Amino acid sequence: MKKLINQYPGKPMRWLLGLLPFLLIAVIYTGASNARLAENPNDKLLPAFGSFVEAIDRLAFTPSKRSGEYLFWQDTASSLQRLAMGVGISAAIGLLFGVLNGIVPYARANLSPLVVAVSLIPPMAILPVLFIVFGLGELSKVVLIVIGITPFLIRDIQQRTLEIPPEQLIKAQTLGANTWQIVLRVVLPQVMPRLLSAVRLSLGSAWLFLIAAEAIAATDGLGYRIFLVRRYLSMDVILPYVVWITLLAFFLDFILRKISLWAFPWFHSAERGGDA
Amino acid sequence: MSFIHINHVTKSYGEHVVLENLDCHVEKGEFVTIVGASGCGKTTFLNMLLGTEVPSRGSILLEGEPLAEEPNEDRGIVFQRYSVFPHMTAIQNVMLSRELEQSRLLGRLVGAARRKVQDEAATMLQSVGLAQALDKYPHQLSGGMQQRLALAQSLIKKPRILLLDEPFGALDPGIRADMHQLVLALRKEQELTIFMITHDISEGFYLGTRLWVFDKERIDPHAPEAYGAKITYDIPVGQVDRETLDSIHTNLH
Repeated sequence: MKKLINQYPGKPMRWLLGLLPFLLIAVIYTGASNARLAENPNDKLLPAFGSFVEAIDRLAFTPSKRSGEYLFWQDTASSLQRLAMGVGISAAIGLLFGVLNGIVPYARANLSPLVVAVSLIPPMAILPVLFIVFGLGELSKVVLIVIGITPFLIRDIQQRTLEIPPEQLIKAQTLGANTWQIVLRVVLPQVMPRLLSAVRLSLGSAWLFLIAAEAIAATDGLGYRIFLVRRYLSMDVILPYVVWITLLAFFLDFILRKISLWAFPWFHSAERGGDA
Repeated sequence: MSFIHINHVTKSYGEHVVLENLDCHVEKGEFVTIVGASGCGKTTFLNMLLGTEVPSRGSILLEGEPLAEEPNEDRGIVFQRYSVFPHMTAIQNVMLSRELEQSRLLGRLVGAARRKVQDEAATMLQSVGLAQALDKYPHQLSGGMQQRLALAQSLIKKPRILLLDEPFGALDPGIRADMHQLVLALRKEQELTIFMITHDISEGFYLGTRLWVFDKERIDPHAPEAYGAKITYDIPVGQVDRETLDSIHTNLH
């Protein structure tokens, strides 16, 4: 019998083991739900799976009686748009200042302390300030995401830039490169895959800030809907929305990873190989 | 006037004197190999030639002009590792210097200019034996091939001085012998002036036209950092007697 650390499950076994916890949760939920519903058919806390289907059908495939829109898709589009704008703007700022701070010592001396200070401000604490300054429209929600994740992105990209071996920068200079050319040909291409992985890491926080902002002031969006129906204890809407947000988060992460693998093959094989 | 004049160069960090009053001349086409115990200042010396460090006193003159105090096109370098760019294929690595010089704004060429540089780079890669690996990324190449690539990348720029910092230190003995042949051939072809640091004294004798040994002449046991290393032997290779060789060996170990 091999030691436990040397035993590896085969492929079917891995799938089975991975699925097991999900199945277990589903079974436990169904059991608990049935028990509550048996006692009180109008119970709202743990709705049966049938109620989820009804709720999804009502929100996603039936036009709203009031506005004629499909609320579920409307919410999804609004939220994704805010998320994409927030994350996109943050990534652009993060790349710009991260590389600048990483490569130009004067910029680093000048800006690095500010970035650290800003990154320590809890974004939720200044959300009221954003609402006061930017109003209750789209802008303040996007700005909350930007304020929440940009300092992290700047610091991460700065660090990745500093990790480029000095030998490479010296080599580029001996090949005649000036500072701008070094940024363009040596630093940026090597930092891009690292930016993608930093964005993947920051997506979790981005969702958090998005839903928080939507919960407080919005007229549509996934976070808005969840907090709206909370008043009626509509677990049949809340739970499918949570599952949907989780799926969206998973797909965004998956897509970013695929892009990175496709666009930067050298990065991922060097990552695995260790050397070079 | 000599090609390179190392003019009374001293390098110290605070109280710690690393190199003391180096003074010598190197002519165009010489191949200087540098050996010495660890921490004796070989790399500091190479860094001063490269421009990443500046002499505390004295100066280094290249054809009468002081060397620039930052790395530039005058000097090519091959390090032990990290000398090539991991995000570029072999041919892109070699094309880089031409693209940088012809396109100051974007550092990239297109169309006919690009094809011309591509041909030149392919020829260069062929001459270092990498004709089969043009479109491979560095991580797909062996250690020896990466160093060949680094050499090709530097040499296409025709540097006035080529600096080699233990370039073959991480290679297997067989591959190292191949690299020796390559360096000797390239040197002959391009009339290079080379400084090379090595740990392997026989490599130093085999490759160089001139061998320098860095060592401390004076050691004060109460203040071991008070005196720096000097060039204790400056040997035109090919004219060494047994006795000198033995005394170098004892000094090094």
